Amino acid sequence: MRGLWVLFAALWFATQAFAIDSKRAFEDPELQARYVKIISEVRCLQCQNQSIKDSNVLLASDLRREIRRMISEGKTDADIADFLVARYGEFALYRPRTSGKTLILWVAPFLLIFLGGIAMIRIVRHRMSLPIDDDAIEEGKPY
Amino acid sequence: MNRFLLPLVAVVVFIPILILGLNTDPRKLPSPYIGKPAPQFELPGLKDPSITVTTASLEGRMTLVNIWATWCVGCRAEHQYLMQLAQQGTIPIYGINWRDSRTQALSWLEQLGDPYVVSGFDADARVGIDWGAYGAPESFLVNPQGIVLYRFAGPLNQAIWEREFQPRILEDAAP
Repeated sequence: MRGLWVLFAALWFATQAFAIDSKRAFEDPELQARYVKIISEVRCLQCQNQSIKDSNVLLASDLRREIRRMISEGKTDADIADFLVARYGEFALYRPRTSGKTLILWVAPFLLIFLGGIAMIRIVRHRMSLPIDDDAIEEGKPY
Repeated sequence: MNRFLLPLVAVVVFIPILILGLNTDPRKLPSPYIGKPAPQFELPGLKDPSITVTTASLEGRMTLVNIWATWCVGCRAEHQYLMQLAQQGTIPIYGINWRDSRTQALSWLEQLGDPYVVSGFDADARVGIDWGAYGAPESFLVNPQGIVLYRFAGPLNQAIWEREFQPRILEDAAP
């Protein structure tokens, strides 16, 4: 039993060994945190449901290298987003920026909740205004 | 009647959207460069590192910029067709040899033939990224003014050429 636990623990921690870049990119923890945040929000264009942080394809590692270079050159997050969008379009960013083109993505969920709410209120109001027909229930009739 | 109207409208509105979704390949990305000037680049030649291939090399006539590599299976598939385009003199093809080894790339051209006017050697993949390439092969149609007209990702063939490239070339040439 104990051996089993050790095995589980080994397998659990083994996943860390699969990290793409084994070395930290930056000594400065602040820069490293920025770097990790950026690469986890950039779509790998070759394997579209992964971020470039998780992907080991060549393009992802090239893009990680470019982002490292830009961070060390002192570029801002917005500069890096501009770099990616100019080349690959808004699609490259998992967190699309608010702009005319992507506005619908940001607004649609709230709009749908709003419309659903209106529909719900209308249905409930309508049902409440119906007369309560106890006789129908007693006689087993449908409403 | 009224109870069915709303669901009916919803179905009529949504079915075309869903059909549209089925027919669009999410792997085919639109290039942000369409209608815009081709990205600036400067690369050493693959065969002759002393020459440079630049964006200016493309200007003055309609060109095809082809991003290729020896590790790319699709590139081998389209190579025969690129040779055909070059031999027929249909369009000058400029190659960007992407993230490749020079010796392998040179022996590829030796064995399969060289359809390119010239190929730039992009060892660290930066020019490929500047063109927004997300795979190879990719082919960009660039007009004489240096504007990108079209990008095709994937191996080229005659059918795609006739369907996607020819009409755009004719349209651009028309006054």
